[in-house]
Amino acid sequence: MGKTIIPIGPYHPLQEEPEFFTLTVEGETVVDIDMRMGYNHRGIEKLSEMKTFENSTFVVERICGICSTSHPFAYTRAVEDIFPMEVSMRAKYIRTIIAEGERIHSHLLWLGLAGHFLGYNTVYMWAWKLREEILDVMEILSGNRQAYAMFKPGGVRRDIRSEDIPICLKKIDSIVPTLVMLKKAVLDDPVLHARLKGVGIMSYQEAIDFSALGPTSRASGVARDVRKDSPYGAYQEMEWDMIVTKNGDVFDKAVVRILESFESIKILKYCLNNLPDGEIDAKIMDVPPGEGIGHIEAPRGETFHYVKSDGTNRPLRHKVRAPTFMNLPTYKATIQGETISDATIILAAIDPCYCCTERIAVKDGKGRMLYNGKDLIQLSREKTEKIKKRMGGR
Amino acid sequence: MIRQELLLDFTSRFHADILDLEDKSNTRVYVNITPESIVRIGTYLFRNIGARFNIATATDLPPKIEILYHFIVEDINLLISLRVFLDREKPEIESLAKDIEAFNWIEREMSELLGITFIGHPDPRRLLLADNWPEGVYPLRQDYEEWDETADRTRGV
Repeated sequence: MGKTIIPIGPYHPLQEEPEFFTLTVEGETVVDIDMRMGYNHRGIEKLSEMKTFENSTFVVERICGICSTSHPFAYTRAVEDIFPMEVSMRAKYIRTIIAEGERIHSHLLWLGLAGHFLGYNTVYMWAWKLREEILDVMEILSGNRQAYAMFKPGGVRRDIRSEDIPICLKKIDSIVPTLVMLKKAVLDDPVLHARLKGVGIMSYQEAIDFSALGPTSRASGVARDVRKDSPYGAYQEMEWDMIVTKNGDVFDKAVVRILESFESIKILKYCLNNLPDGEIDAKIMDVPPGEGIGHIEAPRGETFHYVKSDGTNRPLRHKVRAPTFMNLPTYKATIQGETISDATIILAAIDPCYCCTERIAVKDGKGRMLYNGKDLIQLSREKTEKIKKRMGGR
Repeated sequence: MIRQELLLDFTSRFHADILDLEDKSNTRVYVNITPESIVRIGTYLFRNIGARFNIATATDLPPKIEILYHFIVEDINLLISLRVFLDREKPEIESLAKDIEAFNWIEREMSELLGITFIGHPDPRRLLLADNWPEGVYPLRQDYEEWDETADRTRGV
């Protein structure tokens, strides 16, 4: 940190974002966990107060490099809630397309990294290869692989050209067989079952008490999804299923994410096939005084934005709540009593940033450092190898 | 429970604590309550109604500090925001984190960014600000002034 301290902002789980965990262990068992963060505190809430309503969209887009659309989506809905107003149907469909494309690539990214931590580098390579196809689709639609800059209060900034749609549909169809294969490879693998089932369990009641969100809570049987409960965008236009499992362990969190990717493909294809005609931008001029709330289902859970306007062209207050703010404290419930070799995958299971795992330090009772992040990943892989050998050298 | 029933039950149960109820739209209700009743009403919404706690947002509005506690009742898609006003000179309110884990981090955040004291918070450490940040300087207050002479804030602002 040193000299470039930025006073305030949202905490958000970027990839490669620094956080510091301290695990207290007794032998192999984790007895306590403490976390420190704020190393990447950029002051975006304060910064947003100095920008106009339209410019803030671009600021919040830069909160996260993975779910770069979830923040502008929630923010523009918050601004529109001040009026309150609805955007045009075509704008809703375009927003949904961008948001779902992002969900697919975010879940694939997680799957790849989870495989990497467990020593399944084939999963890692396959998942990231598929992710490239989705990023290509996003590039065709928006002109960029990340930070699509499609959103603005009142609508979207760019239209989707009708000649691009068949190309995108073809690309999306082409990844489905490989995704099915990947799903089978992960979900039918006896080693992964042995490795991940019963690890890092979060009960239904704990998910409620921590107000956990997204796939983290749906894996514990909490059938909640902002897309179903508070419909926005075009999600109520088509049939799709909410994926809920009940065991709450790391395996179920993986199942939810993999199956959700298929639902997202369904939604994405429906939206591209049935894109209605119409205006894409309501061209709002002045934002009246008042307050608005926008919340949407990001890949990791509900993203929540609150905007207060005093009638000028800048927000008086802009609050950003990223899903990991609620999901991260659940470590306290999931990690205690588990072994050190499971710590990395439990910490990774809520899909936070992975840099955090490199920042874990394991201390013994006297405060000496025992392992660093690299050792922990190694321990995790060794455990997978042991299980493999025990199960007959697969 | 449908929306009208819930609101009717809610207002009759806490009529002494509710100062004002703004029915903004189909999905948004803002309820102005007395600060003393926050634990009672918040716990009732969370435990009895089964609302999920979204987050709390604090804003500095001299001479008061406003806190909004957002709860969503997902079955009927209703976002209830409890609004309390605290005295800016001595902002103090009872902590909800004692009973409900979900309030823990956000109360720590509001406490360091706006200087609100949460009475009875189980873990009142800093959450986000750096270690060399001085005590008593709250970055989200309206009268916040730059304290670090070496800071370079020219880029991008």
